[in-house]
This record gives sequence, structure tokens and C-alpha cells, in this order.
Amino acid sequence: MSTRTPLSNVQGLGSAKSGVEHFWRQRATAAALIPLSLWFIFAVFHLIGQPQATVVAFIANPVHAILLGLFVIAVLIHMILGVQVVIEDYITAEGSKLLTLLLAKAFTWLVGAACLFAIIKIAI
Amino acid sequence: MAESPQSHSAGRRSRPLSPFTSIYRWTPTMAASITHRITGMGLFFGTIFLAWWLIAAAAGPEAYETFANLAVTPLGQLILFLCALGLIYHLLSGLRHLVWDVGHGFTPAKANTWSVLIFLAAILGAAGLFWLVYSQKGFMPL
Repeated sequence: MSTRTPLSNVQGLGSAKSGVEHFWRQRATAAALIPLSLWFIFAVFHLIGQPQATVVAFIANPVHAILLGLFVIAVLIHMILGVQVVIEDYITAEGSKLLTLLLAKAFTWLVGAACLFAIIKIAI
Repeated sequence: MAESPQSHSAGRRSRPLSPFTSIYRWTPTMAASITHRITGMGLFFGTIFLAWWLIAAAAGPEAYETFANLAVTPLGQLILFLCALGLIYHLLSGLRHLVWDVGHGFTPAKANTWSVLIFLAAILGAAGLFWLVYSQKGFMPL
């Protein structure tokens, strides 16, 4: 028999075994994305109509490369957390739910790998 | 509307079973909540174009030209406008959710007012952004 008290067993975790981590990460990335998306909109606005050389020079700037990388990472974490909730809300059959979640996560990793590869390739 | 099988034979008033979204009267907050989800899902697929843009820039001038030429087609413009609209809406609506999370603006009147204002602000914001691009650059976006 465990000597841990019931309180210590559930502390900070609850029945989902992850506590408020999902909720909190969704909010933390949302807060981070307020300045990052505003910067992204201004950056895209600046780059519209520019030739490839100008776009590459802009992204190669260390400050821009870091901000763009952070924007992509925050977007993808925020996005997969949100899509997970939507999938869990509307797909009730366990098998389809698991499969859709895995596909959504694979998509997110693929987009993330592509974006970060491109940013790193341009920046270094 | 689903009805209880005995509702008529038993002579009782028929009542809805398992109420779902179609049962309720539409309210601004409800529309805003659904739109928040739809724009979120749209932006999920919209990241394909973000990845495409970055990969095209990394791949070289020819690949970038191909992307830019597709972006200025009517379909490309429509997709980019929807991405801009979705991003601005989701950003403003998300901000409203964060304000709610800390316990402000949660009375029905305030919540409804802000929900309507955010719809208007997102449409004006996206339209304004595209107008700025067309007028300032004298040119189609991207």
C-alpha cells in the first residue's frame, strides 16, 4: 500500500493526469502570440511584392530570424492544443479520435520542420 | 428536434431531448465562439502557405517566383485574404478570451457588445490591410 496521501496523489494533476498544463500552455502561447503576430503582420506587409533576395536578406537578419522562429513555434504549439480540443469535442469514436489526433500532430510537426528548416537555411 | 416517443400518447407537452446548437437562439457570444473555432481550424490549414512561403524563399528565386505568381491569382488572393481575416479575428477574439479569463467584461451586455465589435474590427482590419497593400505597393499582395 502506498504511503502517499490522496491529496499528494492528485496534487496539481487531477483525473486527466496533466493538471492545468493544457489550459495554461494554450493561454501562455496566446499571450506570446499577441506581439509575435503583430510583428509577423508588419513583416509580411513589408515583404509583399519584394524579390526573393530582399525576403532572404530580411529573414537572415538575426533578430528577424529569431522572431520568425519563435512565431512559428508559438503558432504550432497553440494550434495543436486548440485542434486537439476540437477533435476531442466532435469525434467521439475512440479509434477515429486517436487517428485524427495523430494526423493533426503529424501535420503540425511537418509544418514546423519545414518552416524551421527554411528559416535556419536562410539565416546561417 | 428529437421528441420523446410517449410525448403525444401520454398527452404531455413535447419537450426537446438532447439540446444541441440548433435548439438555441443565436447570440453574439455564441457566434463569436463558433467563429473563433472556425478561424482557428482555418489557420491550422493556413500554415501550409506559411511553410510554402518560407520553403520557397529558402529554395531560391525561381521557387519564390512560382509562389509569388500563384499568390497573385484570384484564388491565391482569396486564400490570403481569408488567412488575414482569420488571423486578425482569432487574435482579437483570443484577446477577448484572455480578458474574460482574468474576470473582466463577462456581463452579458459587455460580452455581446465586444463580440459584435470584434467581428466588425476584424473585417475592417483585413479589408484595411489589403487596401493598404493595393494602394501603397500599387500592386497585388505577394
